[in-house]
Amino acid sequence: MKLESLKALTAARAAGREIAIATRLATGEERVIDLTRPPGDDLDALAVRAAARDESGPAEFQGESWFINVFNPPVALVIVGAVHIAQPLSRMAAALGWRVSVIDPRTAFASEARFPGVTLSHAWPDEALAEIGVTGRTAVVTLTHDPKLDDPALQEALRSRAFYVGALGSRKTHAARLARLAAAGFSDEAVSRIRGPVGLAINARSPGEIAVSILAQIVETLRAGAR
Amino acid sequence: MDDDHVLEQAEAWLAQGRKVALATVVKTWGSAPRPAGSQLAINDQGAFVGSVSGGCIEGAVAAEAQQIMASGEVVTLSFGVSNEQAWEVGLACGGQIEVFVERVG
Repeated sequence: MKLESLKALTAARAAGREIAIATRLATGEERVIDLTRPPGDDLDALAVRAAARDESGPAEFQGESWFINVFNPPVALVIVGAVHIAQPLSRMAAALGWRVSVIDPRTAFASEARFPGVTLSHAWPDEALAEIGVTGRTAVVTLTHDPKLDDPALQEALRSRAFYVGALGSRKTHAARLARLAAAGFSDEAVSRIRGPVGLAINARSPGEIAVSILAQIVETLRAGAR
Repeated sequence: MDDDHVLEQAEAWLAQGRKVALATVVKTWGSAPRPAGSQLAINDQGAFVGSVSGGCIEGAVAAEAQQIMASGEVVTLSFGVSNEQAWEVGLACGGQIEVFVERVG
């Protein structure tokens, strides 16, 4: 790998931009591919498709064997509600290499002391989500139980490309939530994106265990397309 | 730097005047421990970061990487149950992988 290719990859990673490198296995010939630009040829197009699957792999181009290594930006987890569960959830997500933000307008909850090193926002959840920027690599989880805070966040999340939307709350709470979203004009199909009650059913009890169940469900969703 | 920052470590080593090789899993069959795209960077002092398996073949790859660092050639190594190298440095899981090794810089 040429030094200039390495520098292009690390610069893109530092900036959170999607990038790939294609390498011809017989010779080491290589091409850095900016995945945010329209493909110039078949090799570029193969890289874009590999990135969409978040899967590096072999490729045939002009009768030669290439390998396309995809460097997608890390998953971004946006947690709405700086409640107890948010503490282990943010720590564990950081351990997975994800970028974590916690949104809560209640400054006593979303404090640096309770969330050291985490990006905090005290804006109203819908504004905060728009500010943070939700992409197809973003998971949004609401934890407040408070419709005043959860609902605007869920509405903004449903209008976004977020690959995962989850909402904490009992079945009863969730049914009431879906009814409110329907009243706000969201279709059944739209609201079916919301995973609620949030997390895999593993009989989680403590905040840390609930965080595990939520993260496991996010990973399951992220890797749903994998073999 | 941790194992999620293989390229960043490679860049840092080059900036320190070290020679560096990069190993990348380019193909897997069966229950290979690390997916295609997984990388291991090795420097000329034998330090390495990242992984291409669960630890079964890193030693063999690192040894080959020293040759590649010197020659500047590229090579694709195969490991697995069907390969005779498996007797020495096989994958305990029974999977097979191909690892592409190249010099960086």
